[in-house]
Amino acid sequence: MSKIRDQLVWNRLLAIVEEQAQTLMRTAFSAVVREAGDLSAGVFDTTGAMLAQAVTGTPGHVNAMAASVGKFLARYPLVELAPGDVLLTNDPWDGTGHLNDFTVVTPVFRDGCPVALFAATSHIADVGGRGFGPDAGEVFEEGLRVPIMKLFDKGRVDDSLMRLVVANVRDPAVAEGDLYSLTACNRNGGEQLLKAMRDFDLDELDGVGQWIIDTSRNAMRDEIRGLPDGVYRRDMTVDGYDEPIEVSCALTIAGDAIDIDFAGSSGLSAFGINVPLNYTEAYASFGVRCVVGNDIPNNAGSLEPVRVRAPAGSILNAEPPAAVSARHALGQMLPDVVLGCLDQAIPGVVPAEGASCIWNPVLRNLATAGGNFTNSPFVINPIFNGGTGARATKDGLSTTAFPSGVRTTPTEVNEVTAPLIIQRREYRAGSGGAGKHRGGLGQTIEIIHAEGAPFVVSKMFERIRHPARGRRGGGSGAPGRVYIKGGEELRGKGQDVVPPGATLVMETPGGGGTGSAGEREMAAKARDEEAGLS
Amino acid sequence: MPDRLAVDIGGTFTDVVLETGEKRVTNKVLTTHAEPADGVMDGLAQVLDQAGTDPHAIDVVLHGTTLATNALIERRGAKTVLVTTEGHRDVLEMAFENRFEQYDVNIDRPEPLVPRRWRMAVPERMNAAGEVLTPLDRAAVEGLVPRLVDEGVESVAVGFLHGYANPAHERLVRDVLGNAMPHVSITLASDVCPEIREFERFSTACANAYVKPLMSRYLADLRDRLNAFGVRCPFLMMTSGGGLCSVETARQFPIRLVESGPAGGAILAARIAAELTLPRVVSLDMGGTTAKICLIDDGEPLLSRSFEVDRSYRFKKGSGLPVRIPVVEMVEIGAGGGSLASVDRLGRIQVGPQSAGSEPGPACYGRGGRHATVTDADVVLDRLDPSRFAGGTLHLDVDAARAVVEADVAQSWASAEGGISEAADAITEVVDENMAAAARAHAAEWGKEIASRTLIAFGGAAPIHAANIADKLELDAVLVPPAAGVGSAVGFLAAPVSYEVVRSRYLRLSAFDRKVIDEVMADMRAEAQAVVGPVAQGELSESRKAYMRYVGQGFEIAVPVLDSTAESLRRAFDGAYEQLYGRLIPGLDVEVLSWTLTLVGRDGAAFHGSRPHAVSSGSAIVAGNHSRIARQDLPVGNPVAGPVAIVEDQTTTVVPAGFEGRVDEYGNVILRRSP
Repeated sequence: MSKIRDQLVWNRLLAIVEEQAQTLMRTAFSAVVREAGDLSAGVFDTTGAMLAQAVTGTPGHVNAMAASVGKFLARYPLVELAPGDVLLTNDPWDGTGHLNDFTVVTPVFRDGCPVALFAATSHIADVGGRGFGPDAGEVFEEGLRVPIMKLFDKGRVDDSLMRLVVANVRDPAVAEGDLYSLTACNRNGGEQLLKAMRDFDLDELDGVGQWIIDTSRNAMRDEIRGLPDGVYRRDMTVDGYDEPIEVSCALTIAGDAIDIDFAGSSGLSAFGINVPLNYTEAYASFGVRCVVGNDIPNNAGSLEPVRVRAPAGSILNAEPPAAVSARHALGQMLPDVVLGCLDQAIPGVVPAEGASCIWNPVLRNLATAGGNFTNSPFVINPIFNGGTGARATKDGLSTTAFPSGVRTTPTEVNEVTAPLIIQRREYRAGSGGAGKHRGGLGQTIEIIHAEGAPFVVSKMFERIRHPARGRRGGGSGAPGRVYIKGGEELRGKGQDVVPPGATLVMETPGGGGTGSAGEREMAAKARDEEAGLS
Repeated sequence: MPDRLAVDIGGTFTDVVLETGEKRVTNKVLTTHAEPADGVMDGLAQVLDQAGTDPHAIDVVLHGTTLATNALIERRGAKTVLVTTEGHRDVLEMAFENRFEQYDVNIDRPEPLVPRRWRMAVPERMNAAGEVLTPLDRAAVEGLVPRLVDEGVESVAVGFLHGYANPAHERLVRDVLGNAMPHVSITLASDVCPEIREFERFSTACANAYVKPLMSRYLADLRDRLNAFGVRCPFLMMTSGGGLCSVETARQFPIRLVESGPAGGAILAARIAAELTLPRVVSLDMGGTTAKICLIDDGEPLLSRSFEVDRSYRFKKGSGLPVRIPVVEMVEIGAGGGSLASVDRLGRIQVGPQSAGSEPGPACYGRGGRHATVTDADVVLDRLDPSRFAGGTLHLDVDAARAVVEADVAQSWASAEGGISEAADAITEVVDENMAAAARAHAAEWGKEIASRTLIAFGGAAPIHAANIADKLELDAVLVPPAAGVGSAVGFLAAPVSYEVVRSRYLRLSAFDRKVIDEVMADMRAEAQAVVGPVAQGELSESRKAYMRYVGQGFEIAVPVLDSTAESLRRAFDGAYEQLYGRLIPGLDVEVLSWTLTLVGRDGAAFHGSRPHAVSSGSAIVAGNHSRIARQDLPVGNPVAGPVAIVEDQTTTVVPAGFEGRVDEYGNVILRRSP
């Protein structure tokens, strides 16, 4: 029975981390965790090798979290830890790439011996500093930075640390609540694991863990071995903050390994859109994993054959004290580049480029509105998406997040929470790149203040100057736009004030097409025509 | 005691149960998809015959059906139009703008029931307070009429932004279109689901509109035929919320019928739990394709307001059409007797969610099934009596079962010495573990403990697997009710008349206004009374809930409303929140988004989930070496030690080694670990 037992243990570990993630998502206070799933959860063996990671969660943490536990163990070797200890960090370089992500690591003991570790990461809405956004010049301006420390010592919370955290953030109740929910989801995972070990009569996990890792690594290597060797290059220019950013990618398939190198990419930005290497690794390898070995669960074994590098000091390997708060804006563009390389190795499989970066404006009242406006304070951070790239055999998905896994907030809920009226939120006809299969459509959003008061919009938008490109003869998606109706065109990044009575218009980008437009089937054309979408 | 007839139309079978006095007669006929009423009439004639009674004697008919669900899944509903707010034509299709599966770039989101060209936007706008920002352009609505007529539209859904706060514009559209096209059926989102969150509300309204003409025709047809046959008694419909409603209500809101069959099963389990005072129960309904699991505390099944029809991608959350209706909350996974077993490229055995279904079914059915299923594994392990399966109507082919288990699993997976039986054992372990994992996750999601519950198992495949699942979940006991094969229909007999109404009315506890609650409750009570009053007998009981959250959170939790004070709401919220999440957040304000009110009629006749056991006349001697025993031969009380299989027409209860089984005084089979 030991053969089936190993498989059942694996299934159980996957179920446990999934439950861990679901618990975290339900109990989190930061909206972006609950609504958008900006979190991750996993279980590790005693050497810090990841055994299972929840599917629920963001691809942005895929490798970052796997690497993170090793860093915790380097600081606090397992032999020095005791039951009831809980470790914490939000260091962008030890965790998952910006200060808003707090990672909590909890060792699990069985009869006094460490058997595993649980890790969970979630995005806490505010960490002090300038607030979430790209406007800082150094990480020091971006908020409180907690190095790897003990949050709990033998079951007792470190009051000094907790007081320090709550004193430095704008929404202390939320931050404290989220630290507790991270702790609780790890504890729950640990309890489930101990129960599973009883059920399956296991004294330790490392044996079955090694089998899980080996099996996954071998399957991944087998699949890579089936891909043609070679060096595949792809470059992409993205809008950036104040100037365009070049992303250069060389993907090498050699035998049973894939090496991704971002040498030649732009240097650091003066703004908080720089990306630490752990976050670059996450989205670059997600680009591979969503088409190669996508049915193999994430763990140390399946992640190992894909290696990611970027030159130190480049925008994709930003080192301290670079500002990194909005690292997602560039990070989410990386799968498009990686898929562009893979398209040369495995033609006719990968999707075209899409809008990729989510459009999530921060909308808030203007403190100095003056006039006769009530000027009630509000802040909302709704998420809008553009189109995904056309797939190899079908159209792209309209207004759908990729690679991010977010969900949007309903218009009605936004209007209950803020004195804004969303007058339009509709498909943007014709915005998908032409092709045999067209790109997914973007959307048009029009927003006014209910009382005609001015309000502030803070933006981290992409693909306004550099649209999503098609593949294999497919056309580019329509670029995004943001402007005042009947007035000025706004930049894609940074803050602007929407004047009294004015309408803010956002047009999210369309995805690129695949194949030549001449080959598009009549039926598909007729369908778009009939729907009024061409 | 009145004679009552329960009819459950399922995907494969139509189950008919007649209860007359102390007797209960059951019957299973094939569902007649073209004319579902044919099967009903056929089954009805047969049970009357078996019971030796005539149609006039029936006092009430209780009916549940999957017809609405099937129409949605197969996209066979009416040609439906959505009239909606200008600027928001694509709400139905943009949905949540997310992917339900991260690692598959080729997924498709569910196709909306109403395509874009039939989503017609008209100028109008309310704000969140229900104040008119833009008056409805009546002429624009009138302008739609010629197109609707030309296109032969049969059904119209009307959904406007913030229509839950003020339905005036939706009602005006109903009046205008209703006058111009009296034969077109009209559904208002503000009637079917007056709840904030436009996508889910419009989705519910469109689903209702989509099945309304079809269900209306079917229900009228069935009533006519029953009348002609001499059944002239009241006729009630089973809803997904586990209560009964009038046919008139069902014709208005057929979307409330979608999960009525499974709800019936859960109601049966709940009733048994109440009668035997089992405070903590989990029910398992495992059929050919899926398993459904429901948590039942203090005789009440878990209820909720969200459901997805047709989760088309491996039963995954997000891959179906969301509807907001009162439902008995269940988790459904692709684990059934027909679930296919294979070995993936990582050398792992995978079972389900693909299923051989009932056609061709498992290989052992001998109807052309070519791949290993859970039932084939059960046959290999000698858990089923090949000659008595389905009452002996289907002889199981053991060799065929062995052959597919060998080809699909044993060859690439099992060891030489273990062979086919090792593979079969592994298949059942994997499917049992899948169900146990689903139950565990479901309990965690609702902040409940799973261990130490009693498992009530019904549906053809559940009693075979129940003991092993109970072992994995550390459950106390397994209970298999009599007639477990027609559990849903029997459950209808146990269901009360009830109706739940919802309203979204925003309230912050820091700005508490008692008037808000009192108004909204009075309004809901009047609506529920109008539905329940005419069909319920005796006194009605009322339960009220508020859907609350900390200000700014994304999900609400259901909180009982005991009286209309801020303090009691806060207390109830704290209690419910702590139970779910284990911890309160001091100092945060709390808000209410929606309210519900449910009126429940007292159950008419006394109902027994299980009947007193007709002690068998045979003097069955149970010896330890019997590997199989017929259920009717088991005497009440005396335990039989596993391993043994207790066989009956519709299912088999497996008592593994280490367990013992006995029949209680109600005829339930109870399994416990041997002392």
